[in-house]
Amino acid sequence: MRHSTRIAVGPVQFRIGSDWAEPIAALEHLYAGYPQDDTRPSDATVRLFAARPWRRWLRPSVHIGGDFVVPDALPLPLSMGLLAAEMGMNLQVALGWRRHMLLHASAVAKDGRALIMSGESGSGKSTLAALLGEKEGGGDWRLMGDEFTLIDPAGGNAFAFPRAVSLKNEAIAEVAARVDPSRLGPLLAATPKGDIRHLIPRADAIAAMHEPARPALLLFPRFGGEASVEPMGEGEAFVRLTEASTNYVALGEAGFAALTRLVRETPAFAISYPDSAAGIALVEQLWAEAAK
Amino acid sequence: MADRIYRAAPADALRVEPLGELTAIFDRRSMQTHLVVSPMPEILDAMGADACNAASLAARLAAAFDLDATEDAQPILAERLRELAAMGLVERA
Amino acid sequence: MSAVRSFVDLLAGRRDPAALGPRDWDGVIGVARSEAMLATLAHRLADACLPPAVAALFADQRAAAKVAQAQALWEAEMARRALAPAGIEFVLLKGAAYAAADMSCAAGRQIGDLDILVLAPDIRRAENLLLKAGWEWVKSDPYDDAYYRQHMHELPPMIHKARDRMIDVHHTILPRTHRITPDALALVGDAVTSGAGFAVLNPADMACHCAAHMLADGDLQGGLRNLWDFHTMTRDFAAADPGYWGELDGRAALHGLQSAVHRAARLSRDLYGVALPSAWDRQDPSDVWFRRRLFARDDWGRVTDPLLEQAFYIRSHWLRMPPAMLARHLWTKWRKR
Repeated sequence: MRHSTRIAVGPVQFRIGSDWAEPIAALEHLYAGYPQDDTRPSDATVRLFAARPWRRWLRPSVHIGGDFVVPDALPLPLSMGLLAAEMGMNLQVALGWRRHMLLHASAVAKDGRALIMSGESGSGKSTLAALLGEKEGGGDWRLMGDEFTLIDPAGGNAFAFPRAVSLKNEAIAEVAARVDPSRLGPLLAATPKGDIRHLIPRADAIAAMHEPARPALLLFPRFGGEASVEPMGEGEAFVRLTEASTNYVALGEAGFAALTRLVRETPAFAISYPDSAAGIALVEQLWAEAAK
Repeated sequence: MADRIYRAAPADALRVEPLGELTAIFDRRSMQTHLVVSPMPEILDAMGADACNAASLAARLAAAFDLDATEDAQPILAERLRELAAMGLVERA
Repeated sequence: MSAVRSFVDLLAGRRDPAALGPRDWDGVIGVARSEAMLATLAHRLADACLPPAVAALFADQRAAAKVAQAQALWEAEMARRALAPAGIEFVLLKGAAYAAADMSCAAGRQIGDLDILVLAPDIRRAENLLLKAGWEWVKSDPYDDAYYRQHMHELPPMIHKARDRMIDVHHTILPRTHRITPDALALVGDAVTSGAGFAVLNPADMACHCAAHMLADGDLQGGLRNLWDFHTMTRDFAAADPGYWGELDGRAALHGLQSAVHRAARLSRDLYGVALPSAWDRQDPSDVWFRRRLFARDDWGRVTDPLLEQAFYIRSHWLRMPPAMLARHLWTKWRKR
């Protein structure tokens, strides 16, 4: 393809090709601080392409392709090329990765132990992880990822997938107030997923992206309503995590073993919170108990 | 309806893990996970390697759990056996 | 060298994987994924000396393929449980058959839908039994449904509502409207029992079906994989039975598939390097179009020649349908876009 780049996020090496220069330049800016290993072959391919040659210039619209494709996915305007790239990368991981059990969950780690938060989009799991990862003074949380958490079937450890955090809508201002502007990507306004702005994880989180963390706490956050904490039984956590995993079925018995172990060894809670500050306070309180 | 005879999956085909109130059963032949509640695990246990119908199963369960074998347990067990068959965990003998 | 040629050379054993650079691997892995053959390549190179990242990816692929095959064979088992009590026998076709018979092409092979062949008189009963056992029609529009029932060689696809897997119930191996009409009764009557206990086509019929599926029916989509199936099965069958190529010729003649089977043999010779018996070892100028279509992928896994692809799509429909019907069909399809 005309333009291309290679990006390694956690254990996954991507190559991304594009018919346009802009998405590649934007990606290279976001991922400039990530480790580069040119001797390593790519695990996954993403293609951003124009459906017809003239559509490279005329009302350019970006189709998302690669090893795995969603047949009816609508193209995005070129101004949202970064979102197209992100969606393409997510898709390849969600459908193609087999080395770990993939949880659609955010995670942060402290002292080698992981806090995993699983929920639908809108649950605030990404925002909570991003805010914890930026927390001043309150400790040294390492952001492991805002979208996927990887569980090693053999040992049960969590591994990071710290792609650039995809901040949405209100979370943009909330996080932007706390970080150096150079760590933010361009504002993608009014995308199909709302306003989006990417946050480059802290350098220490990127540097530590291959370090495993022992799962210590499982949270299922829900944004809105009174602050509340509800302990969750092993069975319900199991069911919810099978639904949150994109490759549980494909892993066979290894996935079953990993998930039963995870829900048995890790305390789990459903939490509700009215705003980020209350959410963070709840998380810290539960962590203090779990990490005893 | 006739009281059909079924046979349970061989024991080594299944991996059974109790998870609180639920029981997760992994079937190594189908690579499927089944989440069930009582009395499904007990039924599979009671069947062992033998061919069973609802009547013989009712008798076994009654003996195992020290209950009176009642007639009205049979239609319920027959229904559970049909559900287990749909999951592939038991097969018509 | 292009990635698709490197990929074919690696499968054929003509290329040393140690000689590939990291960017060569990018292309080979991309092409292998596009052809749904990454796990096949992973098996083929299981003992090769590979870069650590490739070796790890291949190990993942082999493990995942093992799970996927067990899942696919389970569909066959559940179809058996639905149909056998009523006395309906079926023959497994394609991927599930190769896995049930533990053939070498099954190693890492992706298996999509479950394809089974039943005798035409049994097809309505089979349909009803499957519906009772939890399969349901995939939603389709009435035109497609009528099209299937009138003209195709299979029921409209059904999907199992709990397991979310598709089954295709065939009563012959080419569409009814195809100018070639294989002998379905002979296919079922002469089937053999696989190691896993399922009926599968006998070795000659299996290669006939593989060639028919690839050349007489298909538009060569997934052609490299189907050709790999054909190549490895004929190689192994011939190694076990010196008279195999002769039997294959006879069966191909019976089913009216000689030209497809011979072309498949020539293409597998050209791509995967098998030696053919002299009666088969000919040259046909038109093979070049098929080779071009099979190699039409760039290093990013994209089909490079859409016009050629479209030509093969129309060609495959031409083979299936009389011209007036073809026009009607394509018109209906295009209008729906």
